[in-house]
Amino acid sequence: MDDLYREEILDHYRSPRHRGRLASPDATFEDDNPLCGDRVRLDVRFEEDGRIAEVRFCGEGCAISQATASMLCDDVVGKLPAEVTGWDKQKVLELLGISLTPIRLKCALLPLKVLQAALWRSVNQQDARTESAANFSRRHANLPDTTG
Amino acid sequence: MRMGIEPTSPVRPFDVERVRRQFPILSREVHAGVPLIYLDSAATALKPNSVIETVAEHYRRHTANVHRGIHRLAEEATESYEHARELVARFIGAPAARQVIFTHGTTESINLVASTWARQTLRAGDEIVLTEMEHHSNLIPWQQVAATTGAELRFVPVTPDGHLDLSALDALLSRRTKLVAVTAVSNVLGTVNPVATIVTMAHAVGARVLVDAAQSVPHLPTDVTAIDCDFLAFSGHKMCGPDGVGVLFGREELLESMPPYMTGGQMVRRVRRTSADWNELPWKFEAGTPPIASAIGLGAAVEFLSQVDMESVRQHEAALIRYAYDRLREIDGVRMLGPVPQHRSGLVSFTVDGIHPHDLAQVLDSRGIAIRAGHHCAQPLHTRLGIAASARASFYLYNMADEVNQLIEGIRHAQNLFSR
Repeated sequence: MDDLYREEILDHYRSPRHRGRLASPDATFEDDNPLCGDRVRLDVRFEEDGRIAEVRFCGEGCAISQATASMLCDDVVGKLPAEVTGWDKQKVLELLGISLTPIRLKCALLPLKVLQAALWRSVNQQDARTESAANFSRRHANLPDTTG
Repeated sequence: MRMGIEPTSPVRPFDVERVRRQFPILSREVHAGVPLIYLDSAATALKPNSVIETVAEHYRRHTANVHRGIHRLAEEATESYEHARELVARFIGAPAARQVIFTHGTTESINLVASTWARQTLRAGDEIVLTEMEHHSNLIPWQQVAATTGAELRFVPVTPDGHLDLSALDALLSRRTKLVAVTAVSNVLGTVNPVATIVTMAHAVGARVLVDAAQSVPHLPTDVTAIDCDFLAFSGHKMCGPDGVGVLFGREELLESMPPYMTGGQMVRRVRRTSADWNELPWKFEAGTPPIASAIGLGAAVEFLSQVDMESVRQHEAALIRYAYDRLREIDGVRMLGPVPQHRSGLVSFTVDGIHPHDLAQVLDSRGIAIRAGHHCAQPLHTRLGIAASARASFYLYNMADEVNQLIEGIRHAQNLFSR
């Protein structure tokens, strides 16, 4: 059962990649899960061609939420926002390489939700005028409402 | 430490192995080859054979609705249901069984008082005094009362060592105070609050007192007459009884003056096309089919706890808490929440540096150890403590010192895992 914390996850938790803030990000989003106090903030900077150049995350919470944030940041650099908005829980579970109970799944999905909300503006300006970032990310990624 | 009166009988010897044999769940494995170490009784308590059998026997042989049928089964069910009420009344020192209302749990008991007595009594400018350590179930109903009546909420602060600041309470109390709603034992800190003293202080300014006794009735001898509170609420499932049943004890003249909470069958005496007369206590507050089997099961739980003896339960737990508190404090990085062991009941809460409580709970679960992790339905208290979440190990009469040892080993294992 300690499989949940396989070495790669622990490594990302203990030595997170892309941790910190960007000086002048093109996009930023932050959200939390009040049920357990997990909090993630993401800063994103884009290339001229729209690809993700740099990403930084900060926040606090359990090993699952923080390691997932680190792994997602690793994975997202060089991608177009449109590629990322299609990701769902399957993507997160593939990154983690474990199965999660529903409660812990919420921890893992928080960073994805924040990432997609941060990217929302650059994906579809039409949507930007009509709905909130959080709603957008939820609708496009079929994510459950993690606010409990 | 004791709620209410001092013990009058000598403490009976306590044989934890004998107690444990009566809880069949303690012989199951959580994972293959991993036995259960249950340290989450503050969330819900395990059930002894006598309770399980009583509930099953009711369904097997006595299934019927209560207070309705003329037939034999209905008579048997009604008799068992009302007998359970008498057992509960005796267990908490209630003067009369009609002051014991069966609800579906502590939350409903508090909502009952909020929806009836409070909405009928409170006016704009009145004050409700709560504390910073209340469970959401003894907070949000009063927020709703405040929103609809214009009454205002005041909060007794928690001191750094986990006690209620009684001098602050004294300063808050005034003729405007109509209600003090306070937990007898904090479900996060374990603090045993001096409810009898608080009642005296509140009554001196003419305020009523509701005691949230969800964490105290299961663990401490309780005497509502000695406490002299106006309302007292608790749940069956935290005291070895079934879930789905709770209790509201109330002062008789208040219960008489209150309008019904829910309306429908059973709570009426005479019904006309456009009006109805209410039934007498306690049935005025028991609209619809009550949780019959659960209430009868609660009666069996009360008999079980009385046989073990509540003073023995208290002392057994006090020794466990002292041991757990001392062992936990030996671990580097463990920070205890709440008061010293002498002033607490039922549980120890703590944080471990560098490990989120959810991760700790998950690692412990892999060793069969069940603890609670999170904010324990007390977000404002966690905000006050400056933490998002905590870990809680809670104990009951079936727990042993060796289970504390396993908890300590599990925490050390988690520390190795997360801080290499």
